[in-house]
Amino acid sequence: MGFKVLIVEDSKASREFIASTVEAVPGVEAFQSASGFEALKILPRHRFDLIITDINMPDINGLELINFVKKNPNYRDTPLFVITTEGREQDRAKGLALGAAEYLIKPFEPQSLEGLLRRYLKIT
Amino acid sequence: VSSPGKGLSEFVAEATEILDALSRDLLTLDERRGQEADPDLVNGIFRAAHSLKGLAGMFGQDRIATLAHASEDLLDRLRLGKVELSDPVLDAMVESLDVFQALLSECARGEATPLVAERAKELAARLPALAAPQAAVVADLLDGLNLDPQVRAVFTEYEEHRLRENLRKGVGLWRVRAGFDLSDFDQGLARLNGQLKPLGEVISTLPSAEPGDGSGIAFDLIVGSRSARHELEEAIAGLPASLAPLAGEAPDAAAPVKAKKAAGRRSRKAGAERGGGQAPALQVDEPGRAESGTQPGELGRARLGASPQPGEPGRPAPSVAPQPGELARAGLGASPQPGESGRAAPSVAPQPGESGRVALGSAPQPGNARRAGARPPPPIEAEPPLDSLADADELPAVAQLPTSATARPKQEFDTSLRSLTQTVRVDIQKLDSLMNAVGELLLVKANLQRLAESARQEGVHPVSKLFGQELHRESRSLERKLDELQKGILEVRMVPLGQVFDKLARLVRRIAREGRKEIDFAIDGGEVELDKLIVEELSDPLMHLIRNAIDHGIEPADDRAAANKARRGLVSLLAAQKGNHVVITVSDDGAGLDEERIREVAVHKGLITEAQANEMSRRELQNLIFLPGFSTAKAVSELSGRGVGLDVVKTNLAHMSGIIDIESERGRGTSLTLTLPVTLAIIRALVVAVSGRTYAVPLNSVLEIISLDAADVRTVERREVVSLRGQTLPIVRLARLFGLPERTLKRHFVVVVGLAQNRLGIAVDELLGQQDIVTKPLGGRLRQIPGISGATDLGNRLTVLVLDVGALMEEVISPERRVEFL
Repeated sequence: MGFKVLIVEDSKASREFIASTVEAVPGVEAFQSASGFEALKILPRHRFDLIITDINMPDINGLELINFVKKNPNYRDTPLFVITTEGREQDRAKGLALGAAEYLIKPFEPQSLEGLLRRYLKIT
Repeated sequence: VSSPGKGLSEFVAEATEILDALSRDLLTLDERRGQEADPDLVNGIFRAAHSLKGLAGMFGQDRIATLAHASEDLLDRLRLGKVELSDPVLDAMVESLDVFQALLSECARGEATPLVAERAKELAARLPALAAPQAAVVADLLDGLNLDPQVRAVFTEYEEHRLRENLRKGVGLWRVRAGFDLSDFDQGLARLNGQLKPLGEVISTLPSAEPGDGSGIAFDLIVGSRSARHELEEAIAGLPASLAPLAGEAPDAAAPVKAKKAAGRRSRKAGAERGGGQAPALQVDEPGRAESGTQPGELGRARLGASPQPGEPGRPAPSVAPQPGELARAGLGASPQPGESGRAAPSVAPQPGESGRVALGSAPQPGNARRAGARPPPPIEAEPPLDSLADADELPAVAQLPTSATARPKQEFDTSLRSLTQTVRVDIQKLDSLMNAVGELLLVKANLQRLAESARQEGVHPVSKLFGQELHRESRSLERKLDELQKGILEVRMVPLGQVFDKLARLVRRIAREGRKEIDFAIDGGEVELDKLIVEELSDPLMHLIRNAIDHGIEPADDRAAANKARRGLVSLLAAQKGNHVVITVSDDGAGLDEERIREVAVHKGLITEAQANEMSRRELQNLIFLPGFSTAKAVSELSGRGVGLDVVKTNLAHMSGIIDIESERGRGTSLTLTLPVTLAIIRALVVAVSGRTYAVPLNSVLEIISLDAADVRTVERREVVSLRGQTLPIVRLARLFGLPERTLKRHFVVVVGLAQNRLGIAVDELLGQQDIVTKPLGGRLRQIPGISGATDLGNRLTVLVLDVGALMEEVISPERRVEFL
């Protein structure tokens, strides 16, 4: 019990949509960051079990965030999902190459995110 | 995608924000047509479309998502340099914005008309053609740049493109490494960005993946700049940052220094710049000269360089193709002047894919034929051009306009400038001060409670002087705090007029282009703040006035030239605060009103008699254009459901207790002045007494108060009037109007009220003073009583009726009566 998931997404409505999907899984708490900078600030303050990030963000892009997470011994084992929009295969491929575990293409069904969450957090 | 229905308002709110930002950026881009586009601006617009697509997708708004997808594709190619920013592309983007707004406004209303859907579909189908690739793929310059593959791995496609662009233009690339405290690195980065931005472009901000001590974080900023090293170093002086060249070549491979390579042709200027911070080893190298960077040892851990490659042959030569900006400039010819800030300078050529006109109402117009011929037929939803009112009378109905078979059946829809959301963004500090005021009120309440309690326990004993003083002090304190709270709440409701002005600027550009007019649009006073409610109510009347100025005020360029006027017409929108009122002026330097024609039309339509017309002053004649039925708009509105005449503008303004005045000089132009109260929420009222009854008159419509001898009142055509500074002012006796017993007084007070262009004197017995009031509507049956807008509590437990000045004026000087009376 007590999983913490960080959601990094600049669109408030999308972020909250993802958060509500995440929190629909019992025992999971969603933390929201509206930008890469916010994520960099919140990362050291909690021990996250999973990170979900958008790619296109205003300050640092999602790829840079993935790189940061995956290079840092404190966070590198945290599974990370990338959310991209249709048609940005290149960014998606880069995200996976940098160590993202899964990707979701916007718009996605809440069930598919929920399934991935359960799998990675080992919730049955 | 399933999404909770309650989220719809969230969706509309965020989408509105995105579209507002998009609209602002597009306007800027549009104003700078022909100049090289600011990459940040283009990227911002792309990001807006991108966010909109994601957002719409999440909320199952497929119509918006589909169009956003097509727009995003086009914009993506644009920002990646695969498509040039040509006029058709820009026009298509502006059109997309219109369609987005229409889609969103339908979505907010819970509608989905096939008309708008069709328009969106058609546009979405048209966009890919514009996004078709133009340039052949050139060898990747980035391959020539010795970037650590790991660094390259985190660049998005866009960042890579910006790197390439900078290389292609021979702009120097630099890496700025900066370390900050984790708690406030964003502020530090903002400062750094602020310093670097004037010198070039910050292409990417990379957080260093190296684990710090937990409290700090380092960033690498990739910067493109034509500035010399010492200039850049000066810029970052004092900040915890260090500079190193990224594109430049270090032939000296002995040092633990990463080699940088000049991939672009360095300008001669760059050579001169090198006198700066370091002593570079220059070498003649193809294709240009290369620059070397010898860095201090600190660079040993730099991640950006790779192994030096001495004498690497066959490095791809930089492209020498002219820059897109230059091409665009060449193609555009005499387009907008750079640096003419605050003015939209629309081009005159009609755009093939240009969007429909701005509709003023909500219902779509069936089979709009406006684009049928090569020349647009006379505008139909507004007044006839006053130059040719005689012709305008025979203005054909919309259905009779010829429709050419080749005309694209353009359809229009509601693009009211009103916001879709009912929200006001508030500075948190304002809320804090409100919170403080409430806290202090609670203290006052506690004191009053204590006093009340002690008075209760003292029983019937007369209150002591001390007690009285304390009570007085507390009540004064209560008054002050309440004033503060009231002021604070009013402030929270205030929004800058600029919100509407920005939208209008975009509109002007479009109307001008459709009407083939050359127009400069000047805006001033966007910072003036008004109650949100008024700003919202104001947007459509302003749109109408500006539209009129362009459609009917400004003459065609040739006519202007013939009249010795500048070919470009000037329409200006100015706002200024004057005490508790805001004065907004919409003026043009066009043809002006033709009083003779106005007179002919008014008489012809039976609005006034020939005899009345003969007695009217120029000003009165000009004001006839505000009469309902004067414009031909009514006939159109029945067909299209969206015609708005000036009478509607006048009525709308009157609802906001606003006054409109017109001033026009034939051949010189027309100026409409709108005077509005700053707020409607709490108003100051004049309390008057008539036959022993008390009434409140909203002070914002009171112009002056005069004292009058009963003998001064004359009766003209069964109507009481007085002469006020040479002008005839109609008088209404409130007692007589409300059927109260009239007192015979030697002297009366006459409260002169003005609404829109009308003036009226209200005769009362006594003036009791001024007071802030909050008008409450009368319930049920009383609601329909003419002349009364509501009731208010005057504080001394006296409830009085508030006069509805607008309705009183209608009652006394409505056009029908005017005919009867005058």
